[in-house]
Amino acid sequence: MRVLYFAWLRETVGLAEEMLAPGAATPRALVEILRARSAGHDAAFADLTRLRCAVDGAICPLDAPLGEAREIAFFPPFTGG
Amino acid sequence: MRRVLVTSAPFDSGAELARLAGPDTGGTGCFIGTVRATDARGAPLAALHLEHYPGVTEAAMSRLADEAAARFGLLGVTIIHRVGRLAPGTAIVLAAAAAAHRAPALDATRFMADQLKTAIPLWKAEERPDGGKDWLAPTAADEAAARNWLETRPAQG
Repeated sequence: MRVLYFAWLRETVGLAEEMLAPGAATPRALVEILRARSAGHDAAFADLTRLRCAVDGAICPLDAPLGEAREIAFFPPFTGG
Repeated sequence: MRRVLVTSAPFDSGAELARLAGPDTGGTGCFIGTVRATDARGAPLAALHLEHYPGVTEAAMSRLADEAAARFGLLGVTIIHRVGRLAPGTAIVLAAAAAAHRAPALDATRFMADQLKTAIPLWKAEERPDGGKDWLAPTAADEAAARNWLETRPAQG
């Protein structure tokens, strides 16, 4: 599974993307796995209230089922326009 | 017509508006967002950085354009957003709506400008003159403006 990071999450994790073996049932469960990978990951995911995610390009809640997802993206709330 | 573009290159607002208007267009609404020279506290800004989620950002903008067209009965809609490093004074976003009359054109323009702030995968960081970067958080006013459209009924004809 491809994991993508955007904005300050990307900078705090220190990676734009990485490949992970599937296994987590939800994005929230995946976050717990990711937090153990490095101090940067742990810091990036310290505050889940500022965390949003998209599974295979569709924005969804952290408790949505991951199923056979091939790509999950984590990012802060949008600030375009 | 529907035109949606995410680009690191400058865009020509006049050319975009000219291509949007068709034979039945009675009014075209247009919002152009530009990079301010100062941040919210009045401190000078060196640049604004815009990041997007390639593919997903374009898809979300296309859905927004379609929603605006359906909701306001538009004849044409254009949304262009720049990404990358943008200097103060640079046009960053263009949202334009062509309709038979001014009300739907202007309402759709406001709708798109509000939704672009909160509903599209785009992230802004301010670059300070010392080179440091501060990622922006959504403002309560932006979130309220976007939410307000959920509570209003679509415009009639």
